[in-house]
Amino acid sequence: MTDAPRRTALDATHRALGATMTDFAGWDMPLRYASERDEHVAVRTRAGLFDLSHMGEITVTGPQAADLLDYALVGNIGGVKPGRARYTMICDAAGGILDDLIVYRLADLEYMVVANASNAQVVLDALTARAGGFDAAIRDDRDAYALLAVQGPESPGILKSLTDADLDGLKYYAGLPGTVAGVDALIARTGYTGEDGFELFVRPADAAALWAALTEAGKDAGLVPCGLSCRDTLRLEAGMPLYGHELTTATTPFDAGLGRVVKFEKTTNGGAFVGRDALAAAAARAEASPPRKLVGLAAKGRRVPRAGYQVVAADGTVIGEVTSGAPSPTLGKPIAIAYVDAAYAEPGTEGVAVDIRGSHEAYDVVALPFYKRQK
Amino acid sequence: MSNPQQLRYSKEHEWLSDAAEGVSTVGITEHASNALGDVVYVDLPEVGTTVTAGETCGELESTKSVSDLYSPVDGEVTEVNEEVVGDPSLVNSAPFEGGWLFKVKLTGEPDDLLTADEYTAFTAG
Repeated sequence: MTDAPRRTALDATHRALGATMTDFAGWDMPLRYASERDEHVAVRTRAGLFDLSHMGEITVTGPQAADLLDYALVGNIGGVKPGRARYTMICDAAGGILDDLIVYRLADLEYMVVANASNAQVVLDALTARAGGFDAAIRDDRDAYALLAVQGPESPGILKSLTDADLDGLKYYAGLPGTVAGVDALIARTGYTGEDGFELFVRPADAAALWAALTEAGKDAGLVPCGLSCRDTLRLEAGMPLYGHELTTATTPFDAGLGRVVKFEKTTNGGAFVGRDALAAAAARAEASPPRKLVGLAAKGRRVPRAGYQVVAADGTVIGEVTSGAPSPTLGKPIAIAYVDAAYAEPGTEGVAVDIRGSHEAYDVVALPFYKRQK
Repeated sequence: MSNPQQLRYSKEHEWLSDAAEGVSTVGITEHASNALGDVVYVDLPEVGTTVTAGETCGELESTKSVSDLYSPVDGEVTEVNEEVVGDPSLVNSAPFEGGWLFKVKLTGEPDDLLTADEYTAFTAG
């Protein structure tokens, strides 16, 4: 791609804060503002503020919006109540994952699908191609929204000081329209950090004012601006998959240990949905003889595993591959998510190592997630 | 950021102190440590190792990446900074001081080391 990276509505804000920027899925995004470790710890213990405007919003409306989404996605989308959200996936006919999504039911006949930036066009094209025969309209709303996230234990208090919306009544994976600091927003209790928190979908023209208001409101609680680097280590500790790492078109939801998102029991469209037959076969295969399983690896030493590094047994046999790895600020040691042969996937399995540039470093096989917040 | 005038610099972003009794100290620059982000692991050459200008002699790992450490000169390693091995964040907090990496007894140096002003210009673009 020769196109210059796109800039979000908060670009000037990031530059004024001295952010280190990075090209991410065609967007010029903040990687970190100062220390990514400090940003990570702030989200775990206080609060962090993120610009996630690169995420891709697609609105689906009309009398058969639910039927279309039930056909196009693997989840039971018609069963989502207005004001609630669902984590789901869109697969190809072979069951391969095209993207993982959050779908918000904004009203009876209106949904917002939020795709990863890198896949937004793929998802838009697939939804459009699958919409034939449904009385529903698909709208590309990528430019209609900026997305700010406030994450961390202090985030409810910070947001409450800026809105009259009923945040106490807003459950995890729910969203409601409201006003925050005088700005119209869709307030969603979602996130990708493993902490309590909110995502605020607003008009791009309102983004800078909202960012400033949240920064001011969060000052005493210790809120700091946070970049994509700590977002990645936060989601990794929380065991959340990342498209392009744990999830690819070559994997089905069952391979990724996320078969629960596939709802064979849905009855809309006579039970038909894209990928159904292939996914049923993948489910049976995973049940009978799982080839590889997604596991957590925690380092005994200090060298950091990276995506693509091989997992090896004591005799040097390759038994898997790291999909994500990083130093974990919370655990104080390197961690990784990896696909490993089922025989080595049980937590506590001895003799598992990661080949870190030629040196076999010992790792403990552990259950995911690495970190779960105390509620 | 300012690069200390009394040091010299490689285009691989290492700094080199003036030799005292034939021994120079080596570290990475603030520019490099900022680019890396939080350093979490350093792998340094062992004392007694022969290093060669422009060749790798260790590794620096940060949250997002691993980078090779290059020696700016030829020589023999006489000491490594055990404190930075124990606390790699010194590379970020004090790259020109407590975050130094190793000392080397010089046997030769390339003719393209930069002055502080030249290095500042080199990294300005």
